Amino acid sequence: MITPAEITKLAQLSRIKLTDADTQSLVKEFDSILIYIDQLKKVEVSLDIKGRIGAVKNIMRPDTVEDISFADREQLLNEAPQREGDFVAVKKIIAQD
Amino acid sequence: MNINLKNLTISKAQQALRNGEFTSVQLTQAYIDQIALVNKDVNAYLEVYNDALETAIHADELIKAGTAGPLTGIPLAIKDNILIKGKIASAASKILETYHATYNATVISKLSREGMVFLGRTNMDEFAMGGSTENSAFGVTKNPHDTSRVAGGSSGGSAAAVAMNGALCALGSDTGGSIRQPASFCGVVGLKPTYGAVSRYGVIAMGSSFDQIGPFAKTVGDCEILFNAIRGVDVHDSTTITETTYSSKRIGTKKPVIGIPRDFLKADGIDPAMREAFEKSLEVFKQKGYEIKDISLPNIFYSLMVYYILMPAEVSSNLARFDGVKYGLHIDGADGIADYFETRGAGFGREVIRRVLLGTYILSSGYYDAYYNRANAVRRMITDDFIKAFTSVDIIATPTTPSVAFTIGEKTADPVAMYLEDIFTVTANLTGMPALSIPCGTTSINGKDLPLGLQLSGRHGDEKTLFEAGKDFQGE
Repeated sequence: MITPAEITKLAQLSRIKLTDADTQSLVKEFDSILIYIDQLKKVEVSLDIKGRIGAVKNIMRPDTVEDISFADREQLLNEAPQREGDFVAVKKIIAQD
Repeated sequence: MNINLKNLTISKAQQALRNGEFTSVQLTQAYIDQIALVNKDVNAYLEVYNDALETAIHADELIKAGTAGPLTGIPLAIKDNILIKGKIASAASKILETYHATYNATVISKLSREGMVFLGRTNMDEFAMGGSTENSAFGVTKNPHDTSRVAGGSSGGSAAAVAMNGALCALGSDTGGSIRQPASFCGVVGLKPTYGAVSRYGVIAMGSSFDQIGPFAKTVGDCEILFNAIRGVDVHDSTTITETTYSSKRIGTKKPVIGIPRDFLKADGIDPAMREAFEKSLEVFKQKGYEIKDISLPNIFYSLMVYYILMPAEVSSNLARFDGVKYGLHIDGADGIADYFETRGAGFGREVIRRVLLGTYILSSGYYDAYYNRANAVRRMITDDFIKAFTSVDIIATPTTPSVAFTIGEKTADPVAMYLEDIFTVTANLTGMPALSIPCGTTSINGKDLPLGLQLSGRHGDEKTLFEAGKDFQGE
């Protein structure tokens, strides 16, 4: 049902590097899962679920700046795999040519 | 100091702490000693906190000062996906192996204020995806009743910690049965609260419309005490509910009325020992004056399919945040985007990758209507079935699981066989209703007595009735 190329495409979209062996076994596993969940296509759905999301409503709050302590800020920055001073370091996005 | 941990409950321990029979430090030390003795065989704990005794000293001061609450000085275990500021919370994943939480989950703040002692973090299936803890990046948790079997999952470590007398109680999370199934396998009590009853702030998200934090304990009464301590509205989680969000009118005048979805229980794959224990449990309720009637839940057969569509969709969105930039694992690639591929490819385990990809497939433009929208509609139909059923009964009873704990490796080859473990538990997550698993006997296999679990589910916001019936059943 699903092809290795489709699995590769899904992995691309999900930003996950797969090995060829991973792709092969995922094809097999996907098939058995899809056969299972495809049974849902048999059920007759006549229900309009719009506006029926449950007992809880959206709650809005003002978007305000919250102060955090220096220690908390340090802790957050220290969790970053790559830190430069007070910044989280990432690779250049625009390549130089 | 010799404390009998086996028969200890929260209320007994609290009594003993107040009477000065033992201190919280002695109690905490007794658990640390027990963990040192049995954890190498069970692997329930990934880490025992080195400041547990310090917290216990503080708890003893509160007890001495007479300002202690019902949970002060009580040691508990925390699932590895609930954040405690400054401590590692890895969700049993390599991608978060060295991640230190930068804030406290709301449940942790609440229990900390109560003066509880956090013993350590417990093993789980990676990101709570699985029913056996076999998906943990740090080894399987074994069942304390038979170490050739799984403890269940995903909160297997929390269930096993309580069952091996390595904690008096524990917190877990339940997305499709992850508290109730391991509770059943390990012979302890576990509750999945009403969706919104407990704040999810600070729990590492899996399926946000399903996830709930809940308690494990040895008795229903203990479970209730812990639940009451963690429940409540939280500004950090807009889905939290008040005690009056749902109104629940009792049907039974004296005792709650119990409904049995007979058609659903005819399904193949339910162990004869489980069936027998279930019918015996119903007899116990009858003898105690409970009315039992058959009910019909026409769309319940689709529950698991709905779950295995909606949950991966939510998983694929929630796990997009792990990018190797802000925190956690980082593996260098050729450029910025390759960093993502390398980090996520190496950091996520097999089941997590499978679900992220499945969710991405389900949410693709061509399939969105056929899967996601359709599953949401059926989810609502199933919820309507339950709401209707609860106009004639107060509790719906089923087995918690189709059978006893399976052996390690038995279901790893076939994902669908593993998913079928959730058949009875997943409905409570789809409907948002509360469900309690209580031990209802054992069956002997190869000379080992293996626990069986009974599941009682109730209307939205009506944990009270479940506790009442559960305590009645256990003779508490």
